[in-house]
Parts: sequence; structure tokens; C-alpha cells
Amino acid sequence: MQTIVYIEKNPITNKSRFVSLELAYKAYTLMQPSKGEVVGVFVGDSLPEDTDDLFKNGLDRLIYYTDDNLKNLQSIAYKNIIEQIIKSEEPDIVLFGATHNGRDIAPLIASSLRTGLTADCTQLYIDDLIYRKENKGQSLFQVRPAFGGNILATIVTPDNRPMMASVREGVMTLPEKKLNKPVKLEKANVDFNKEWIKNDFLSIIPKIKHVNFDTSDIIVAGGAGVGSKETFNLLHQIAKSLGGEVGSSRAAVDFGFSEKVRQIGQTGSIVRPKLYIACGISGQIQHRAGMEESKKIIAINNDKDAPIFGIAHKGIIGDLNEILPVMLHYLREEE
Amino acid sequence: MKKIVVLAKQVPDTANITGKAMKDDGTINRAVLPAIFNPEDLNALEMALEIKDKIDAEVHVITMGPPRAIDILKHALYMGADKAALITDRKFAAADTLATSYSLSGAIEKIGDVDLVLAGRQAIDGDTAQVGPQVADKIGFNQITYVSKLQEITDDYIIVQRDGETQTEVIKSKFPVLLTVTDEANNPRYSNCLNMLKFFKSNIPSAFSDDERKIAEENGWVIPSYDLESLELDAEKCGLNGSPTKVHKIKSITLTGGNLEMYDNQHTGIHKLIDDIKKDYIEVD
Repeated sequence: MQTIVYIEKNPITNKSRFVSLELAYKAYTLMQPSKGEVVGVFVGDSLPEDTDDLFKNGLDRLIYYTDDNLKNLQSIAYKNIIEQIIKSEEPDIVLFGATHNGRDIAPLIASSLRTGLTADCTQLYIDDLIYRKENKGQSLFQVRPAFGGNILATIVTPDNRPMMASVREGVMTLPEKKLNKPVKLEKANVDFNKEWIKNDFLSIIPKIKHVNFDTSDIIVAGGAGVGSKETFNLLHQIAKSLGGEVGSSRAAVDFGFSEKVRQIGQTGSIVRPKLYIACGISGQIQHRAGMEESKKIIAINNDKDAPIFGIAHKGIIGDLNEILPVMLHYLREEE
Repeated sequence: MKKIVVLAKQVPDTANITGKAMKDDGTINRAVLPAIFNPEDLNALEMALEIKDKIDAEVHVITMGPPRAIDILKHALYMGADKAALITDRKFAAADTLATSYSLSGAIEKIGDVDLVLAGRQAIDGDTAQVGPQVADKIGFNQITYVSKLQEITDDYIIVQRDGETQTEVIKSKFPVLLTVTDEANNPRYSNCLNMLKFFKSNIPSAFSDDERKIAEENGWVIPSYDLESLELDAEKCGLNGSPTKVHKIKSITLTGGNLEMYDNQHTGIHKLIDDIKKDYIEVD
């Protein structure tokens, strides 16, 4: 078997995106039983500067196509180039990071190849597929939340190849011990036509990321139940004394208590800190999708029936306006 | 004149699931969820109407779904869309994104000479964000996804802001182009009262009796409805047959709690909680 992983570069760090490393390792584990090959595909202006890291996470080979015209996302050009590589490699599986750019080009490629693409998978595994009583052989089982995250659907692509799937950043894990694989770079032998450059990038404004969930062991998150921006500020103070980061549910963003960059959940970031303190968050499935992998969850809510208590390890039922100041008091004690 | 097509979808309101929508076994009771206009499709429609406010444009709204999806088409007419069409056929049922985009592209080609297609970035029931791009591929349009702002439009080009993860991109494209629009792009307008009076009786042709239909046609109440045959589509590429992906199994998510340790909400309980947090997570020198 062979799996192709679409490799993306973070334009700010000039390094591979985390999701590309995560997918390289996922592909490696998927290919291990059949001793299949994991091939990375990169399109852009220049290779990420840490290509060796891709191999340490599972790539066997990296096929790249670079051109100054491809610095920014050119959907049509990217699609045409990647499609040519897929057609010549004939992989069984193609994986994309469900990033804004991955979600832009993966569907174009799937449409053009007339094959299936399953978005935002949370689990991927290979097994024998029996579909309509026919044995379809080793197939990719793609598990994803659907219906607003209220159900988990396992999707298969019985008759079309390659089987394509996308995965969000933070869902798959990196190897505990880096792999020892040689760097093998290969320039793609493909046609490229300037006519495919359709988007004229007039300007690019980098986003300054104030929030870094990746490196936070503790996240203090607030929801609609926090009730006001003033009370939400208490969460910032609590997070500061704990050395953690502040997150929020979508509702808290919608109410204006918190900023969009802090949103955790299906349409925000996916986090898995050591400790997640959910304040005034009812725990709707969309939010849980972004945090339920946290090692420990503490829930504080005035509704004893809130679903968040169903996944929490510790809890307090009560009014945040009374509880948060007391928490802060005891946190600051002895400091 | 610019011809704009807005792709809309009627979806169950998954974002507002309250306690009542959860059954005792922790699964969702779909019956109590209202069907709504997919939120980001409203942003796409609003962008089309803003363009119509600026330049000479005609706004068509199409949706694929069962006859009850007529509700969102009427809503689009109330907001100010010029034309609406329903794409409906039992043979379209159980379509994945590929088969859906094939049927939608047939309808766009039926409308003909389209300059701009606008769609919501994603629908809240599937969250795939795939149908927009796959329609662009089928009709051979350029595409810009995650559009968070309409900056400028002229007869020759459009300039939009695209919301990348690490950067905001200002992109200019010629026509034809398909955009997928996020909820940051605008605030969808309210229905216009005059439009509501004008279109509240609107429906698909089969909903009117023969006598009514003549009056309905004179008043512009008839929303055309297209099926597989009238769009000249290949049945093998529609619905379940045309869907490479198949649902192998479905599992309702139930909460698997367990060892929940509760603390009282008085000083003693809160003090103990903080002590436990400090003990486990804060290194003491």
C-alpha cells in the first residue's frame, strides 16, 4: 500500500505545520502492517526548512514542486500539480490536514479524481472491508463527527481510489520517539502552466497569535454562563496565577466576553492540556469536540444537569460570581 | 450585468441543542430540532445582495433538498434575491459532497452565463466545507474559500479578504469565480416587509392547483423546481449511486462519565479544590 500526505508550511515560521508532522506519523502507523510507503507531497515557493523532521515522523519520500508563483495558495495550480503526482504515484490513501488551505484544495482534487473525501476525521484505521457482501480488501475506515458532532460516523470508500481524508491539527499524535529515516527528496515531474495562477495576492497581513494552546498545560475556559466580560476577566487572572491560557466556548465569543482566537471546539481550536477548567460551559457537543481529550477536566457550573459534568473529573455546582473570587483568593494565598 | 448564484442549504439547527433535544439515552431527538437556513449561506446571500446594492447584478438562490426546503428559498426572496429554484428528486437522496456538487453544478449550468457563485463556507450538519470547492471544480471556476470580507467589485474583477490561519490575504480574481463565505463577512439583513407580502404565497409548481397556478404565475409566486431529468444529469453520478463515500456505521455519542468528584461551593470546598490543583499541577519549590 502507499499513502500520500499533503505537506504544508507555516508561512510565519517557514517550518512544516504541526498537522503535517502528525499526519506523517499517522500514515506511518497505517502503513506499518503492510510495510507500505509514506510519501509526502509539497507545493509552494520553497521547501520547509525542517524537511528532516518530516522523515523523523514517518515520511519515506518527499515529492515537491516549487515555483515563486506558488508562494501563496493558488487553488487551481495546486490542484493540477498534486493531481498529476497522485496519478503517477497511484496511492491507496491521500491525507490532508484540515487546515484552511487543505480544506480548499482537497475537495478540488477529490472532485477531479472522482473519489471520496471524508472531512475532519478523528480516527483512521485500516481493516478488511466487506461492503454489500463483497470483500473490498484492505480499506481505510474514516471516523468523523457529524450532525454537529452529535454522532460519530464511520465512512468508507469501497469502490474508488485513492481513499481521501482530512484531519484537523491536534487530533493525531506525534511519535514518542523520533524515527530514524533517511531524507529522500524528489522534484516532481509535472507540467506547470502560468495560466493556472488565478489569484492575485494584493497584500498579506500576518495574524499575531496572542494565544498559544499548544504549549499550555492548563487552560481556564469560560462559556455563556460566565455572564459578563468583567467576570470573564477573573478567568484571565486565575489563568495567570496558574500559568495557563484562557479559552472560551463559542457562546462566550458570540456574547462578546472573549475573542475568537480563544474559541475551543469544533469551529475553534482542538486542545488537550493536562488540566482544563470549564467555567460556565454547559458542554455542548461542539465544545466537547475540542477539549474532551484533556487529561483532567474540572467543571464549574450552576446547572447540575449540564452535560459538561458527564465528562468532568472534578466539579462544583454554584454561581461563578461567588466561586471565582474565592478561587482567586486561595490561589493568591501563599504566593 | 453580473449574474450571481447563491448556494443554500436547509439544515437541522444543530448549534442550538438544548436539554430537550437530548433523549434519555444521551442521543439526539432530531424531531424537535427546527430546520433553518444554514447560517453561513445567509452570509453568502448577504454578500450577493451587497453586490447587487453596488453594481448591476441579478441574484439567484438555489437549494437542493426535499420540497420543505422551499422555506429557505422564500426567506431568500424576502431578503431580496431576484430568483429562486429548488433542486429536488428522490434520486438525489443520500448524496455525499461529490454527488451533491454534481447536481448543483447542473443547476448552475441550467441558469447559464453565471459570473459569480457564492456559498457558505460549510453547513452546520456536516461541517465538511467540501461542496463549494467541488462545485467550483465541476463548473471550471476559480475559487477563493474562507472569504471574510468583500472589499471591492467591478465589472472586471472582485477583491476579497481571505481568512487564512496565520494571515489575512487580500486577493483579486477575475470572473468567473466561486467564493465560500464565513460568518465574519457581514451581518445578514432582515426580511423586507414588501418582499414578504409579495412572496409569502410562493411555492413550487406542484403545490398549486391548476386554477391557482395561473394566478400564481401572474404574481410571480412560482418557484421553479428541477429534477434529475430537467437538469439532464447522469443518474449514476447522483444520490447514493454517485457517492464514492458510504456510511459504514453510525454511533450516537453518549457521555461516558464516571469518577466525578464533587466539591461543595462554599469556602471549604473551593479551598480544597485549589489545594488539589496546586498539588497536582503547580510545582512548589
